[in-house]
Amino acid sequence: MTKNFLRKEFFKGFKDGIPIGLGYLSVSFGFGIMAVSSGLSILWTVVISMTNLTSAGQVAGIGVISAGGSYFEMALAQLVINIRYALMSLSLSQKLDERFTLFSRLAVSFGITDEIFAVASGKSDEVSKEYMYGLISLPFVCWSTGTLLGACAGEVLPPMIKAALGIAIYGMFVAIVVPAARRSVEILFVVCVSIMISCVLKYIPLFSFISDGFSIIITTIIAAASGAFFFPVKPGKEDSP
Amino acid sequence: MNHQIVGYIAVMAMVTYLIRSLPLVLFRKKITSPFVKSFLYYIPYAVLGAMTIPGIFYSTASVFSATMGLAAAIILSYFNRSLIVVAILSSLTAYIAEVLQNLLL
Repeated sequence: MTKNFLRKEFFKGFKDGIPIGLGYLSVSFGFGIMAVSSGLSILWTVVISMTNLTSAGQVAGIGVISAGGSYFEMALAQLVINIRYALMSLSLSQKLDERFTLFSRLAVSFGITDEIFAVASGKSDEVSKEYMYGLISLPFVCWSTGTLLGACAGEVLPPMIKAALGIAIYGMFVAIVVPAARRSVEILFVVCVSIMISCVLKYIPLFSFISDGFSIIITTIIAAASGAFFFPVKPGKEDSP
Repeated sequence: MNHQIVGYIAVMAMVTYLIRSLPLVLFRKKITSPFVKSFLYYIPYAVLGAMTIPGIFYSTASVFSATMGLAAAIILSYFNRSLIVVAILSSLTAYIAEVLQNLLL
């Protein structure tokens, strides 16, 4: 293990992280705008991105904060929305080389996102901690920087442009879901169930006591469970959502 | 407000970090239950569906402009445009719809 080898590993990871970072820059820009327009300050918006590093969980978190939800609701929402990371983390634990210490496991786990997991698990060999640090570093910086830029833009842009940009992060969600649903009728089914239930909970007065945070939790559990019940995933497919 | 927001962020960050770190530190076994595996596989799509609809309709100045933006996003992503292109063009569509709406009403 020469120093040169370790540096090479880091830069290999860094290079693999460039496309992820570019994508994060734009998604987090949308998040930044959305967060300040729902009343958060620039500082706390950036702190959320630096400490959470996840898109859907952060958007749901902003929803809970601006609705004045309880800490319990916040914790449960994050648990349900982000539980997929536990599976990724579990899967990744089989791929780490023998030089991983407890500390490096704790450090690397902070950076597990859908995209970083996808790249790391796509490697044919075991991965080193230097590779993982390299892979995570740029996306983390981009996620935080994009949030800062978006939050600042949200503060200075004219209201009409700001309002139009509020849709940006949702546009990205659509751009993730639609191609997947086009490719897989099972995913299309899950998405339709999820949309149906979330509309029922939102518009039928009987359910108006359910807050937006809990509505996402309930909807996600029912939709994902019905997908798992009717269309169990074939072995080997679940690593590449 | 400030100490409350710190509380919210602490809860968010802690829960999210524990989800990521505990399996990596503690477990060595693989999940074998097909139901649990499938459930976890479908979660991202279930979450995004629930968060996008109906939330997207209230993300701009009017339901009309949001609907136009959503339509643009669906069409563009159906033809596999990249995330950033879809986001920018659906914002632009929503903006144009807002301008038109203000002119006509």
